[in-house]
Amino acid sequence: MMRKDLGFRLGTGLFGAVLLAIVCAIGYELVRQSMASIQKFGLAFWRTDVWDPVAGQFGALPFIWGTLYSSIVALAISTPIALGIAVFISELCPAWLRQPLVFLTELLAAIPSIVYGLWGIFVLVPAVRALEAATPQSLRQLPLFSGPPLGVGMLSAAVILAVMVIPFSSSVSREVLKSVPAAQREAAYALGATRFEAIRAALFYARTGIVGAVMLGFGRALGETMAVTMVIGNNPKVSLSLFAPQYTMAAVIANEFTEAADELYLAALVEIGLVLFVITLLVNSLSRLLIWSMARTAKQTMTAEPTPAAAAA
Amino acid sequence: MSEPLQASPLSVMWRKALSSAFVAFCAASVVIALVPLGFVLFFVVTQGMRAVNLPFFLQLPKPVGEAGGGMANAIVGTLLVSGLAALMAIPIGIGSGIYMSEYSGTRVASLIRFAADTLNGVPSIVIGVFAYGVAVLPFKQFSALAGGFALGMMMIPIIARTTEELLLLVPESMREGALALGATRARAVFSVVVPAALPGIITGIVLALARIAGETAPLLFTSFNNRFFNTDLRQPISTLTVQVFTYAISPYDDWHRQAWAGALVLVTIVLVCSLLARFATRRLERMQARG
Repeated sequence: MMRKDLGFRLGTGLFGAVLLAIVCAIGYELVRQSMASIQKFGLAFWRTDVWDPVAGQFGALPFIWGTLYSSIVALAISTPIALGIAVFISELCPAWLRQPLVFLTELLAAIPSIVYGLWGIFVLVPAVRALEAATPQSLRQLPLFSGPPLGVGMLSAAVILAVMVIPFSSSVSREVLKSVPAAQREAAYALGATRFEAIRAALFYARTGIVGAVMLGFGRALGETMAVTMVIGNNPKVSLSLFAPQYTMAAVIANEFTEAADELYLAALVEIGLVLFVITLLVNSLSRLLIWSMARTAKQTMTAEPTPAAAAA
Repeated sequence: MSEPLQASPLSVMWRKALSSAFVAFCAASVVIALVPLGFVLFFVVTQGMRAVNLPFFLQLPKPVGEAGGGMANAIVGTLLVSGLAALMAIPIGIGSGIYMSEYSGTRVASLIRFAADTLNGVPSIVIGVFAYGVAVLPFKQFSALAGGFALGMMMIPIIARTTEELLLLVPESMREGALALGATRARAVFSVVVPAALPGIITGIVLALARIAGETAPLLFTSFNNRFFNTDLRQPISTLTVQVFTYAISPYDDWHRQAWAGALVLVTIVLVCSLLARFATRRLERMQARG
């Protein structure tokens, strides 16, 4: 009987091993394919801002800048909203409204990236262009709002990313809030706290997990490709301006990969993919670690009351 | 002599006002998030309806300048590529899901779980680069198979984690009952535990399919694109998403209209799958509540 169980374990474990092998193979293959570029440019690849495939000059600074800038602006927009949604659904809204709202916010995550991109090109970008054109001249002097009102650019990309990231951050925050022991809020109310003060106490208790939820959204934003490619303007120039067309790591791969004629060009693009892989791996691992440690603390403090573990999404 | 502890009426009012403002902010957040959802759905439906007609589903793309034509090849292509992905992902996903739930506490299970979560977080474009390296470059040929391979990799972690979660929900007593009757572990799992969780697992697979059918980035340089009708899996193939992308960034009005129609088809697929899944999980929850 034991032997048969061993066979079962090995059999199912084999599928698990395939899963593991795929992840390792991705890392290995990306390193192998980008070797030419790594050897030729070394670390200078990430400090140079000249991207000239014709001259064989490859510097990835504009892309890493565009990726980080767009993701951070997107998080600045989406985090308060995502937290507001999480609090509203888990603490404030009437029970009958909870399921429909959860469904609708999850639908936001289910809409394909390409559909957001299409909507971005034909609806969002013209709206952003009008907004940019209406910006008073005094503000346009600032480096943050300099440049002509094109519509396509950093602002459009950040807005679309924010919309796409909200469901991820808010659903994990909701799970995290759910795992806060009820005693935390009850104690606050017993001390005469207002609703806001009680919820603030719960949010403070859940802070680790909430940071994790926000980071999970960050990981999503970093790797988002199609919608950003379609609205960011695809211009490899480092700029602080929200109005300026820029470029991201994912977008340059999507646009130029099939055109990369020579080996070095392709290797440079794969190296960008490799770095994107490593960054998202780190961000996602850290975020899961935070969410997990939050779930564990909640379990330890309230062993009498079983709490649903935060979904390690 | 100490003063009696009493809040000034002003500070109480301030605190109450702050609290109301906070509640209002939270409610407003929900509205702010639902506005873009409403806008996206509104435009996809109104713009898409203008171009969706029978030829859209039955005809091939027309050359530039000629009005009309459809995405018949892309619809078939999406079905084929997604089907290939499912063929690859379902066994691996369910197999590793079973391992993670059956040997839940072990180090190997944690490692597999970590791998699944990692794979789930890998940007889709990076999956595409990887698939290009192992499934396109060696054969010097874009192909439907390479596209299915790329999408399959995205599907595995979703199925694995759903399977694991649902198997863990099956009451321990059912497993114990089977083992007490002398069943082996494999028998207990395959004849009792998995069937109990099967509706949920199928729901998870449907949701995973809906998600990958909407993926574009991994297909750009794996299955590529094809203006013609193709069912040869070793040849490049057209898919709805790549076709919508090509049309969206083109300068032609007629192609833009078709892009909206393609988007409408994609969103309909996603909506129907989500609603079905929601309906199924509801029934599942009710059954569990009763049982």
